[in-house]
Amino acid sequence: MSIELRQVSKRFGSVSAVEDVSLTVADGELVALLGPSGGGKTTVLRMIAGLEVPTSGDLLVRGERVNDVPVQKRNIGFVFQSYALFKTMSVFDNIAFGLKIRKTPPAEIQTRVDELLKLFGLDGLGRRLPHQLSGGQRQRVAIARALAPRPSVLLLDEPFGAVDAKIRQELREWLVRLHRELHVTTIFVTHDQEEAMEVSNRIVIFSRGRLEQIGTPREVYEQPKNEFVARFIGVLNVLELTILNGAARLHELSFPAHGLPEGQTLRIGFRPYAVQISRNLQEHPYLAVIRHVYFLGVQLRLELETPSGLILRTRIVKDEFLRQGLEQGSSVSFQIREYRVLSTGANSLSPEVATVHSAANFAEGI
Amino acid sequence: MAQGISKGPRVAMNSKSRRGIEEPEFIRRILIGIAVGFVGVFLLLPLANVFAQAFAKGWSAYIQSLQQPDTRSAVQLTLLVSAICVPLNLVFGVIAAWAVAKFQFRGKALLITLIDLPFSVSPVVSGLIYVVMFGAQGYLGPWLDSKDIQIIFAVPGIVLATLFVTFPFVARELIPLMEAQGSDAEQAALTLGATGWQTFRHVTLPSVKWGLLYGVILCNARAMGEFGAVSVVSGHISGVTETLPLRIEKLHQEYQSVAAFSAASLLAILALITLGLKTWLERRQATEQALGQSDSPSSHEH
Amino acid sequence: MGYSIAYLSLVVLIPLAGLLIRVSAMSWADFVRVAFSDRALAAYRLTFGASFIAAAINAVLGTLLAWVLTRYRFPGRKILDALVDFPFALPTAVAGLTLANLFSQTGWLGQFLVPLGIHLAYTTGGIVLALTFVSLPFVVRTLQPVLEEFEVELEEAAATLGAGRWCTFRRVVFPALLPALMTGFALAFARAVGEYGSVLFISSNKPYVSEITPQVIMGWLDQFEYANAMAVAVVMLSASFAILITINVLERWASRFQR
Repeated sequence: MSIELRQVSKRFGSVSAVEDVSLTVADGELVALLGPSGGGKTTVLRMIAGLEVPTSGDLLVRGERVNDVPVQKRNIGFVFQSYALFKTMSVFDNIAFGLKIRKTPPAEIQTRVDELLKLFGLDGLGRRLPHQLSGGQRQRVAIARALAPRPSVLLLDEPFGAVDAKIRQELREWLVRLHRELHVTTIFVTHDQEEAMEVSNRIVIFSRGRLEQIGTPREVYEQPKNEFVARFIGVLNVLELTILNGAARLHELSFPAHGLPEGQTLRIGFRPYAVQISRNLQEHPYLAVIRHVYFLGVQLRLELETPSGLILRTRIVKDEFLRQGLEQGSSVSFQIREYRVLSTGANSLSPEVATVHSAANFAEGI
Repeated sequence: MAQGISKGPRVAMNSKSRRGIEEPEFIRRILIGIAVGFVGVFLLLPLANVFAQAFAKGWSAYIQSLQQPDTRSAVQLTLLVSAICVPLNLVFGVIAAWAVAKFQFRGKALLITLIDLPFSVSPVVSGLIYVVMFGAQGYLGPWLDSKDIQIIFAVPGIVLATLFVTFPFVARELIPLMEAQGSDAEQAALTLGATGWQTFRHVTLPSVKWGLLYGVILCNARAMGEFGAVSVVSGHISGVTETLPLRIEKLHQEYQSVAAFSAASLLAILALITLGLKTWLERRQATEQALGQSDSPSSHEH
Repeated sequence: MGYSIAYLSLVVLIPLAGLLIRVSAMSWADFVRVAFSDRALAAYRLTFGASFIAAAINAVLGTLLAWVLTRYRFPGRKILDALVDFPFALPTAVAGLTLANLFSQTGWLGQFLVPLGIHLAYTTGGIVLALTFVSLPFVVRTLQPVLEEFEVELEEAAATLGAGRWCTFRRVVFPALLPALMTGFALAFARAVGEYGSVLFISSNKPYVSEITPQVIMGWLDQFEYANAMAVAVVMLSASFAILITINVLERWASRFQR
C-alpha cells in the first residue's frame, strides 16, 4: 500500500500551512514527519486522514486519487495527540467502536478486541473507563482502537507528546516492536528529532509548510540538504567566513576558498564529531581552551573557546577524555576534519544544496 | 439551496474545514431554520404581540391607559419595591459570595443550598410562608395587629416576598467568579499592607464588577416582574398594594385588553433593556478577558 | 458571615420553619385528606404532567438550539443567542397574557390554529405552552458550555473509525451531553412545576380540569383556609427538594467522566 502526495498545498484563509509538498510512503514503512511546531506536519497528516482537504494538489492511495473520499471511507487509523478516547465508553467499547460501525458480528468483535487487549498488554482492563487508566495505558488504548478495524495505514499525531520522559522511551521501543510485528504502514508526527531518528525508517523534515528533506535517519544526519536540516537534526557548528588572501577565514581559522572571489562571504557547518582535539598542542593546527564539559553518559560534550573568542562544540568519548587527562580549563589543539558549505555570499538566505568536504566519511551516532 | 449544495459548505471552507465532521449544508440549513423559526414564533412573536395589542387602538389610547391612576400607582409601587430589594440583595449577595468563595467553614454546603432555595421553591409557596409568619392567623399576626402594624396585604409583605424570590441572583453570579479568581491577589494585597476592607474594595470588587452588574440586572428584572409570591401577600388592593404584574392581571380580568397590554408593554420594555444590558455586559467581559490574555504573554517577554 | 446567616434566617429559614411547624400541628388524617384530595391530586397530575411535557419539549428543542448556536456561524446568531434569555427577563404575567392572546381565536396564531381544531389558549395545551416558554432557557444554557468545550478530536476520532455524522452524534456526542441535558431537563422541570403567573392567564382555571397546584394553594388562601393551603404547599416543597437533590446527584454524576 503506498501513499503519495503530489504537489499538495493547504491554505487556511490567507495563511499557507503546507506548500507544494510531494512525497511517497511505501508499503510497511515507518515514517516520521519531523519539524518545528507550526511547520505543517500535522496538517499533512490530517490531509492524509481526510480531516483536512488539500487546497491544491493530489493525494493518492494505491495510485488512486482520494482527495474527495470522505474520512469515514479512507480506512485509516488515526491516533490523536490527546488520544481522544470516548470518556463514556469502557476500554473494550472504545476499541470495538470502529468494528461496531462496520457491523462486524459480535463474536468477531469479541475475538478481535481480546486479541488487541492482549497484544497491547491491556488484559483485564477492558471494563475500565478511560479516566481510570494511566497515561501510557490510554495511549495504548488509542492505538488499539485505531488498529482494530485493520486500517491500511496508521497515523499518529505526536504520539509521545503527552506522556512523561521516562515512559516516552519505553513507548518508543514498544512502537518499533509493534510495527515490526504488525507491519502496518505507519506515519507519525513529531517535533523531537531524537524520537524521529530512533523510531522511523525514514524521516520527512518540514519547516514553514515546506518539505526540506526526505531520507533515512542516517542520510538526513550525515547529508543534510541545507542549513535548516543540518541545524535541526543534531548539533551543528556554523561559521561565517570571508575570502581573504585566497582563503576563507574567520579569525585564526582558515579554509579553502572554493574558487570564490576576494571579499565574498561563505557559511560552513560541521558536526561536533568533526572537531578532533588533542592534549598535544603541536598535534593540530589550532588552539583552544575547554570552557565547559557536559556529561551525556558515555559521551561528553565540550565547549571550546579559541584565543579569539570563537565558541565551538565538540564531542568526545569519556574513556578518551580520561585517557588524555583532560579537564575543564585544559588547553588543547584541534582540527576540523570535515565540514560542508551551507551557503555563499549573495544567496545566503536560500541555502543551496551542500556538498561534503572531507577526506574520510566519519560515522558516529548522534 | 441547490446552488449551496453544489458549491459545498461555503461557510466552512474559509476557516478550518473539518471534513467528515461537519453536517451536510442542507442539514445545517434545516437545523438553523428550525432554531430561528422556533425562537421567532415562540419568543419574538409574543413580544411583538404585546406591543401590537397595546397599540391596537392607537397611541392616545395607549397613553390614556397608562395614565389610569391605579396603573400609575402600580408603576410607582413596582419601582419602590425594586428600589428597596435590589440594594439589600446586592449587599447580601456580595457578602454571602465572599464568605462562600474565600473561607472554609462548617455548613458551607448548606449555605450554598439555602442560597439556591428560592430558585427551586414555587413563588406561590414563597408567598405563603410569609402569610404563615405575619398573616392574621400567623405566628406574629396577633402581636402585629396589636401594634397596628400590617405586613401581609400591605407593602412590607410585598417587599419581603420580593426579597425572598430575588435574593439568589447576585450571590449566584458572584460565587463562581470569586472562586475562580482564587485568593492570590488578595493575599498579595494583604502582604502589601492593605487592610481587609481596602483589599475588598480595591482588589476583590473590581475583579467581579461585571458579574456583579449582571446579577443586579437579573435581580432587578425579577423584582419588577415577580407575580406569584407577590400575588399571595398583596391582597390585590388597587392603587395600594398592586404591583405592575398584578395590575395586568386585574385589567385582564376586567377585559381591558388595551390597558392590560399597555401595562405589559412597560414590563416588556424592561425585559428588552435587561437583555440588551446583559448582552452588552457579556461582550464587555469577553473583550476584557481577551485583553487580559493578550497582555500576559507580552509582559513575560520583558 | 454572621450577617449572611442572619439575613438568610430572617428571610428564609424562620418563615420556612414556621410553615413546617404549622403543618405538623395538623393531624395526619387531616393532612392526607387535604393534601391528597381529588382536587389536589388532579392538580398534581396536571402540574407534573404538563411540566414533564414542557421540559421534554425543551430538551429536544433546547439541544437543537444549543447545537446551532455553538456549532454554526450565520447572520443573526448573536441576536438568537441573546433572545434565548428572553423568558428569564420577561415577567411571567406578560408572557401568559401575550401567549393567551396569540393563540386565542382572534390572535395572530390562533386565527390559523383554531379552525384546524388546535385550541391552545385556555386549555391544558396552553398550560404546556406557557410552561415551555418560561423554562426554555435552562436546557440551552446548561448545554452550551458543554458543547463549546467538547473536544472536536472526539468527533474526528469517530469519523476516522468510520462513523457518519448521525452515528457520531448518537454514540459519541450525545452520551457526553447526557448528564448536562438531564440537569437542564431537571432545572426546566423544577421551574415549570413552580410556575404560576403565566399559567393563570392562559389556563381556564377549572378545578379538577385545568388547575395547577399553585392555583389550588391560592384557592385555599382565598378562602382563608391557611392550613389546607400549607398542606398542599408542603407536598410541593417536598417535590422541589426531591428535584433539587436529583440535580445535585446529576451534577456529581456528570463530573464522573472528567479526568
